[in-house]
Amino acid sequence: MTGGKKTKIIKEIIVNVDKCTGCRSCEMACSAFHSVPKYSSLNPARARIRVYMDETKDLYVPIRAGDYTQAECNGRNSYTIAGKEYSQCTFCPAACPSRDYFKEPDSGLPLKCDMCEDIPPLEEPMCVQACKFDALTYVERETEVVHEEVQRGEMEAGIASLINRFGAKSVREAVARATKH
Amino acid sequence: MRYGATGVNLEIDLSRGNIEKVETDPKMTELFLGGQGAGAKILWDRVPPDTDPFSPENLLIFSAGLLHATPVPGANRVAVNTFSPQTNLMSHSLMGGFFGPEMKHAGYDQIIIRGKASDLVYLYIHNDTVEIRDATHLRGKGCTETGDLLKEELKDDKVQVAAIGLAGENRVYTASIDHGHSSAARGVGVIMGDKRLKAIAVRGTKDINIAHPAELFDISMKMHKRISESEGCGDWMAYDEDDSFHHNHFAWGNARVRRIDFWSDELQERWTKLKYDHMDRQTSCYNCPKNCRNVIKWPGRRRFGYKCYGKDTYHMAAFKELDFSYDILGVAQEYGLDSYSTPQVIAFGIELYDAGILTDKDMPDFPEDSGDRVWYLMEKIVRREGIGDILADGVSLAAKRIGNGAEQYDHNTVKGFEQLPIKLGKVNPAYFLMIATGEKMSITQIEGSFPQDPIRDMKERQAFVDKWDAVPDQKFKDYFMNWEKRNLMPTQAFCDIVDWNEAMHYIDDSIGLCGFVSSFRGQFGGDIAYHINNIPEFIALATGMEMDKSILWKDFQRIRNLVRAVNVRRGLRRKDERPPEDHWAVRDEEMEQNLLTEYYKFKGWNDQGVPTQETLKSLDLEFIAEDLVERGILDENGNTPVENEPAVIEKN
Repeated sequence: MTGGKKTKIIKEIIVNVDKCTGCRSCEMACSAFHSVPKYSSLNPARARIRVYMDETKDLYVPIRAGDYTQAECNGRNSYTIAGKEYSQCTFCPAACPSRDYFKEPDSGLPLKCDMCEDIPPLEEPMCVQACKFDALTYVERETEVVHEEVQRGEMEAGIASLINRFGAKSVREAVARATKH
Repeated sequence: MRYGATGVNLEIDLSRGNIEKVETDPKMTELFLGGQGAGAKILWDRVPPDTDPFSPENLLIFSAGLLHATPVPGANRVAVNTFSPQTNLMSHSLMGGFFGPEMKHAGYDQIIIRGKASDLVYLYIHNDTVEIRDATHLRGKGCTETGDLLKEELKDDKVQVAAIGLAGENRVYTASIDHGHSSAARGVGVIMGDKRLKAIAVRGTKDINIAHPAELFDISMKMHKRISESEGCGDWMAYDEDDSFHHNHFAWGNARVRRIDFWSDELQERWTKLKYDHMDRQTSCYNCPKNCRNVIKWPGRRRFGYKCYGKDTYHMAAFKELDFSYDILGVAQEYGLDSYSTPQVIAFGIELYDAGILTDKDMPDFPEDSGDRVWYLMEKIVRREGIGDILADGVSLAAKRIGNGAEQYDHNTVKGFEQLPIKLGKVNPAYFLMIATGEKMSITQIEGSFPQDPIRDMKERQAFVDKWDAVPDQKFKDYFMNWEKRNLMPTQAFCDIVDWNEAMHYIDDSIGLCGFVSSFRGQFGGDIAYHINNIPEFIALATGMEMDKSILWKDFQRIRNLVRAVNVRRGLRRKDERPPEDHWAVRDEEMEQNLLTEYYKFKGWNDQGVPTQETLKSLDLEFIAEDLVERGILDENGNTPVENEPAVIEKN
């Protein structure tokens, strides 16, 4: 191997569930930032962060939207932490059929957190800016890249999703048909 | 397109099972904003003044604030309005949390409920889906318990629930409506119970249109930061462990005993430990960077939340300590009882027993211990069992029903409603006016902008005035600078001050702002986030309506006079506007009555406290003037004939 070790920046939101007060300002700010045009609307249902809240059980967990999943888990864990029982879903970032989180309310399409990437970049993601209780804090840390990430191009990702939806055989046939002169 | 408001009301008729979505007139938003203003207008239009509160024709209105579901921080208190069987006047109640904004996201500014269901139902609202559903399986369930059960049943943890407990189901007059750890007090749960409506579960995922969204977001985020950093906002009592103020100065028992040496360092240390040993966290309402609610887990009880003086009322009624309140509050919250009124009616019952007016026949097996007695009576009241059936009507009506001298123990009510138990020395004209003329039934709902006492040190006073940007006018700074003694100011000054105090509440309650970031908090430290000088910009950017200080002030006056007219039509007159006789030890009837006359004039009301035609017309309220003339409440000279004084307040 040649050259030095490769590093990359990991953007991380640190969640302190003990500090969350359940004000949901993070949801408000997130949804405003991601509306098009920016700040044109405000609707927690469109937020890419939701506070899972159960006043009776004293659970306050901000969760950031992760990947879409087609199916819900075939089994779930529950965790007891400091005497309080949390379902696995309480921490799970997935846009999943089991619940109404992280789905665009009009289209039902999944929402995913993008850490508020913008030009020029924000100092901190909007949810962190809106959190006045330090339940959400932002850090960037450098980490060593162990495995070179395989970057899939846009086309490849598109084909993968077509295969996912219609099956490889249909896609192969369609490509063959479309490329026939 | 409507901005700020959704422009749609949800009309529910529980007798017929009818559900309608009705588009509203934008002009009404301009004139009455939303929240309490809109609620009062609907009550004026649709509930004839002779309607019994228990009639199916009485309405129960959940009215979201005009700024709910906008980025404006601290806008989350929904108004609940109806007519109260306790006072026979308009009930004005507010509830924090998430309910108001969720209603708006579901697409509705107001939820208007009329009629009565034949048995317990709940209302399910998910955007355009609105259903009246069976709730008999929720009978007897606690308030937050009902919320949890509905979330589970609906498989949606984001649904916001407002529910009544056993007290509301049994039509206890001091019943509240509870939404998580937030509570709508001052007697609205009784009407929800009478309508057989156990709960409303609402979920909304629609956008609210904002006229100038980017600009509003910008000033809202700045305000968010300002509120977060300011010590002049929020409920400082959530953090300040020194609560000598309430314990040494408010009266214990049936608003009877002052214990000026009660508080001590030892007590404070013990109570602070008790609090932190049992407190899970402090929580916030929607989009507010203050965490005013203390959430307590007490062994064997459901978690409950409290703010402010709410933790004191039960143990002060029982002559006990904080552990007593912590033990009972979780249960009282589930029953859905107003923690201000209920302990007073209980202490009143105990006093009547000690005086021999109520006996063992009325209260079989009445315990010895004062704490056990409070529990005993609370359980009787929520079930309307035995003596509880009478006490459940609140102090004033219970006193009349019991008779035999019990009326003399009803010494702390105004307009038939329990007041904060404050018994002081010399009459304070500002407080006289506020307690006498307030129609939100509690001093906390009218006081709040002008400080309660002058600052002794003139340098400090000047410094306070220099950074006091909440004042509507320079004259308030002058009043403050020239203020020597609490009780002494020119009459004009007292009128202006009371008017300003009241104005801010009327504005907050219509746009949905919390008093702790606005109307209530300025009196303590002056450094309040929202005030008459900056609120107009928030309203203008959210709604696109033309708005400035003078327009907003006129809106306040319009809504204030509307509320007054609603109550005047039901019989409210000068005779009802009397603070408790023993509120101050030293009284001056002549001065007080002159002051009241001057204040009425200042408000544009006649000597019976009725708004004159001229006042009403200047506020676009000609329709009210016409109605009052037609009913003979106003004659052509703007006077109210005294023989026309109905005695509706003397009900039962």
